[in-house]
Amino acid sequence: MIATSTPAVAVSGLRKSFGSQLVLDGIGFQVAEGSVFALLGPNGAGKSTAIHILSTLLRPDDGEVRIGGFDVVREPERVRSLIGLTGQVSAVDPQFTGEENLRLMADLGHLGRPLGRQRVADLLERFDLTEAAGKPASTYSGGMRRRLDLAMTLVGEPRIIFLDEPTTGLDPRSRRVMWDIVRDLVARGVTVFLTTQYLEEADRLANRIALLDGGRIVAEGTPAELKRLVPGGSVELAFDAQSDLDRAARLLPAAVRDDQALTLRVTERGGVQGVRHVLDLLDRGSVEVEGLSVRPVDLDDVFLSLTGRSDGHEESRS
Amino acid sequence: MTTHVVADSATMFRRSLRRMRRYPSLTFFTAGLPVVFLLLFVYVLGGTMGAGIGGPASAGGARDAYLAYVLPGILLLTVVGVGTGTAISIAMDKTQGIIARFRTMSIARASVLTGHVLGGVVQAFLALAIVVVVAVVVGFRPTTGALSVAAALGVLALTAIAVAWLSVAMGMAPESVETASNLPMILTLLLFLSSAFVPTASMPEPLRWFAEHQPFTPIAETLRGLLLGTPIGSDALIAVAWCVVISVAAFVWAQRLYERLPARPAA
Repeated sequence: MIATSTPAVAVSGLRKSFGSQLVLDGIGFQVAEGSVFALLGPNGAGKSTAIHILSTLLRPDDGEVRIGGFDVVREPERVRSLIGLTGQVSAVDPQFTGEENLRLMADLGHLGRPLGRQRVADLLERFDLTEAAGKPASTYSGGMRRRLDLAMTLVGEPRIIFLDEPTTGLDPRSRRVMWDIVRDLVARGVTVFLTTQYLEEADRLANRIALLDGGRIVAEGTPAELKRLVPGGSVELAFDAQSDLDRAARLLPAAVRDDQALTLRVTERGGVQGVRHVLDLLDRGSVEVEGLSVRPVDLDDVFLSLTGRSDGHEESRS
Repeated sequence: MTTHVVADSATMFRRSLRRMRRYPSLTFFTAGLPVVFLLLFVYVLGGTMGAGIGGPASAGGARDAYLAYVLPGILLLTVVGVGTGTAISIAMDKTQGIIARFRTMSIARASVLTGHVLGGVVQAFLALAIVVVVAVVVGFRPTTGALSVAAALGVLALTAIAVAWLSVAMGMAPESVETASNLPMILTLLLFLSSAFVPTASMPEPLRWFAEHQPFTPIAETLRGLLLGTPIGSDALIAVAWCVVISVAAFVWAQRLYERLPARPAA
């Protein structure tokens, strides 16, 4: 990507604490216009806090945040005219119908009657809500509510959209629909900044990914660049007996064990040599290996090798 | 940008009106309590209370005298009761995350709250209309002219605005909707500690001092004067001053709360 224009999002040295708890410890990144940027991390990593600061809901303690070139602290009104936020908590008015919710956004966007009506009708159609348009949002399913929520964000045609965990809690089908919507937005030239706990989601959607862990960015790059940090992929070893798994785990302390499936996952860096090394090691320790599969590297491995945990399922902090 | 204060407030006001139209039971409910109080005060307590404030000795005459005396209090009770509804509606917005959406949009900052306030004032007048109809049916007649009655409506409007701003702030301050719905009850209590239901002269000294120096007494006395021709004196000025001061202070308080709302509503 060539940096010809102002980046859509430019963050440097961003810090935020709540009381004595440091949530963001000096993070920085840039998002090019028209791209998808994913902030990936476990619960409690500080993703939502970051998105709240970027969307002017929270003030940073320190650091600089510019959205479309405007400072979020000094020029929040300019920032707000560029952005749209769909947060984790549903921001629809459940007492009103889908259409009324969208109309409200059209009125607040000062679109004028004909354009407002047109855009509301278009969005209902595009988000597959035309049939439910006249029903109160309180009767909507989770997926429908999320689509309405995002449609409301889009009424004012923001240039930069913040999506805080857009697919958390959705069924696989609704998740796919949401992914298509994001791709469609990017095709229209919108910049998308999203947070997610799902490595697959970041991998599929984002041009660039930043890995947030414990308030710090531990890695940043394109999905391919991040995967290159862990060149070997991973090897999954299956065992017949618990005792074999125990012994293997002792020989390979960095591996992740699954006691239920009796498997051990080893992230290794040496390709075929690496696999041979693992097998030799187990052989010398007389551990019976039942089965072996080699997986190409994915973001899970990156996460594992950078944070020492398999993925985001930690204690949650909200 | 912020140049759309009027248009955005109007949009938010329409939202409040639509909610009112969709849930008319709320209006009837808010009018219901003062109507019940009116009937209780007049038919159950009126005979005794009327004699106590120096009305005619006959039970019927005393009742009529107390009806006239207590009506301003009942009207204020109506206005204050609507405040609870206003506090609940903003507290619900807050818990539903839609306020966070409004705060990230380029809309006039005050408009979200102004919409609730205007909605609250309209709701108060709808409820007042119901209460007044019942009052007239049971025999209340203003003894002053149309101009005075219009002025009384003006005082009620100012009071409704002050109560609405206070209720908006009170609706945002606490964490839960339940607390938000209880806070405006303080105003109901305050109303009972004024000259709205009995003359302050009958109260023990410290309470009497409090009653005479809190906002509801001059407001009640002004309404009484405008509807029944009793002397008003400086009460009108003091009543208006209280309403303006409370409105401005509550507006500032509410704006500050709005700016500092947590980014994520309490689940």
